[in-house]
Amino acid sequence: MPKLIKHGVIVEDEWQPLDAAAETGSGNQILSLEQWIALADKSGRGVQLEPGQEPDPLFDHLAQIPLVAINFPVLTDGRGFSYGRELRERGYTGELRACGHFIRDQMTYLNRCGFDAFQPADESELEEALVRLADFSEHYQAAIDKPLPLFRRRL
Amino acid sequence: MYVYDEYDQTIVDQRVAQFRGQTDRFLAGKLTDGEFLPLRLQNGLYIQRLAPMLRMAVPYGLLNSTQLRKLAEITRKFDKGYAHVSTRQNIQLNWPRLEEVPDILEQLASVQMHAIQTSGNCIRNTTTDQYAGVATDELEDPRPYCEIIRQWSTLHPEFAFLPRKFKIAVCGTAEDRAAIRAHDIGVELVANASGEIGLTILAGGGLGRTPVIGSVICEWLEKKHLLTYLEAILRVYNLHGRRDNKYKARIKILVKAMGVEAFREAVEEEWTLLKDGPTTLTDEEIARAKTFFTEPAYQTLDGSEAESSLAAKTSADPIFGNWVKRNTVEHRVAGYRIVNVSLKATGFAPGDVTDTQLDVLAKLADEYAFGEIRTTHQQNFVLADVQMDQLYPLWQQLQQAGLATANNGYLTDIICCPGGDYCSLANAKSIPVAEAIQSRFSDLDYLYDLGPIELNISGCMNACGHHHIGHIGILGVDKKGEEFYQVCLGGSQSKEASIGKILGPSFRQEDMPDIVEKILSVYLELRIEDEIFLDTYRRTGIEPFKERVYAKAD
Repeated sequence: MPKLIKHGVIVEDEWQPLDAAAETGSGNQILSLEQWIALADKSGRGVQLEPGQEPDPLFDHLAQIPLVAINFPVLTDGRGFSYGRELRERGYTGELRACGHFIRDQMTYLNRCGFDAFQPADESELEEALVRLADFSEHYQAAIDKPLPLFRRRL
Repeated sequence: MYVYDEYDQTIVDQRVAQFRGQTDRFLAGKLTDGEFLPLRLQNGLYIQRLAPMLRMAVPYGLLNSTQLRKLAEITRKFDKGYAHVSTRQNIQLNWPRLEEVPDILEQLASVQMHAIQTSGNCIRNTTTDQYAGVATDELEDPRPYCEIIRQWSTLHPEFAFLPRKFKIAVCGTAEDRAAIRAHDIGVELVANASGEIGLTILAGGGLGRTPVIGSVICEWLEKKHLLTYLEAILRVYNLHGRRDNKYKARIKILVKAMGVEAFREAVEEEWTLLKDGPTTLTDEEIARAKTFFTEPAYQTLDGSEAESSLAAKTSADPIFGNWVKRNTVEHRVAGYRIVNVSLKATGFAPGDVTDTQLDVLAKLADEYAFGEIRTTHQQNFVLADVQMDQLYPLWQQLQQAGLATANNGYLTDIICCPGGDYCSLANAKSIPVAEAIQSRFSDLDYLYDLGPIELNISGCMNACGHHHIGHIGILGVDKKGEEFYQVCLGGSQSKEASIGKILGPSFRQEDMPDIVEKILSVYLELRIEDEIFLDTYRRTGIEPFKERVYAKAD
């Protein structure tokens, strides 16, 4: 079973990766946005966003979505950082997963934008990637991990 | 100036450690070129034509003498003994070794400096007026807001992988010396009818391939909303800016494509979510930022007495008098002057400064200017607080160090990017063109007769030399593998900002001094009384210049 980092530990993935051709009936199959939109009963279903697919269609269903995966086909396309934050700012509490070709050096930022699960394309990197979450112990900005900016916390 | 506390130091130290790890991985072959690229760029490191280039951040251009000495030491130890002041008020090294860059960053961190986000598709160093806090026309000191923006933008988790680079400038004066209209975001401190000071926010300005003057997005914003409003603009840009073509990726293209109205609506919509949230500035935070930019311990001086004894000195020594006239500026406080230190001596690349000069400047800053110095986007230095009766000994020492060229604001005070001599993006060299023009116009009487003229040179479309907003702008272009130069006229970075108009077909490098001379001769013939070049151009238009320059030889 594929692995990923979730809540700071390496765990096995309970979800089936997105497959545009697959039947959408199986409960743990991650759906594309199109598949997810077409589904009548969305309850309990996970969905994956690609760059350019803004999370707006999800906003009315946030309480019933257990997983939003956001794909990073290239590490330099930063739209997913905003998607993550927008979802969390609107109260999404389910799993927010980064997948694809982001690199471990981006994990602090992703974590700050509300991502709590990381599935890099190269699974052999997980151990080394995990420690990168601790690169920074302090931050200036308010973000999802620390809702108060440093200027409201400075002693 | 701003002083780090434990929090600031921790963030910068951890960044150095992070980059050391990244460099080690790259050197060990564990990071590809493509992966390392954005990481090194966000730490100021380019791989250039001949060697790497490291751009060190000078937040809003402010340095103390300890930092200057450290820069001198770094320049000596890790480079070839000279550094370069950039048009974003930063300082660049041309010859560092890749494997030593983490050590350089560690040295910088030891004096509360860094190279964070001096490059890459992220929020860059915030710039401001080099006369901030001492200008006579200032509504409010912009530097506390620059520092607030610096902290907010440093390692911002959401905006580190934008479509393209993002530049912010702040000004607080009637005359805009920070070129805020040529920035992705411009922030201006303004007073409303009841005298309360707030902010006007502009967006979508920029130079590069498609120069655009910024549009007002918000006429009046309360100061406390500064960061949430910036965050809303950045989010709209991050979500909707083009990523398919790097030449169409700046926010100016997005604002144009959406239209200013629609862009403003999109920003306001994002803002409703962020407004009044935790990022809203507190009165305490604004007050805290202001405590770092208080007045130095000025002497109480008799202004008119200082003026008259200076006048006696300047008439006794006309060379000194000339320097005072050209390179010093009126100060807010009686008995003080602002001193411009020129890095535009003929024979030296514009903006270059040696390690020895950096040490001299540190000493002079300590002796005459409360230990502080500023870099300018015109690629010079400024000693902001000099007592008038100290100008003479200061000038003598600047002269000895080759730093007293009396050309501030004149034709030879050229803004110039490193160009094809160093930069791998350049289409053409820019330094030799600057030098040829400086040599041609070395006659000071002629120079002063021409009056203030801004001549800006860029070696390529990226426009690091701000050629679009020079009164005379020169752009290096590549024509079938040969270096040519296009000329534009009538650009301006002031409040009445304008983008220069292209004169016509481009010229060979060796012809450039002649071309500039022809342009100037038209101006001298057509000018009315004390009209400066830009005003003559605006009155006559481009035609008379075009006719002269492209006239067929008889």
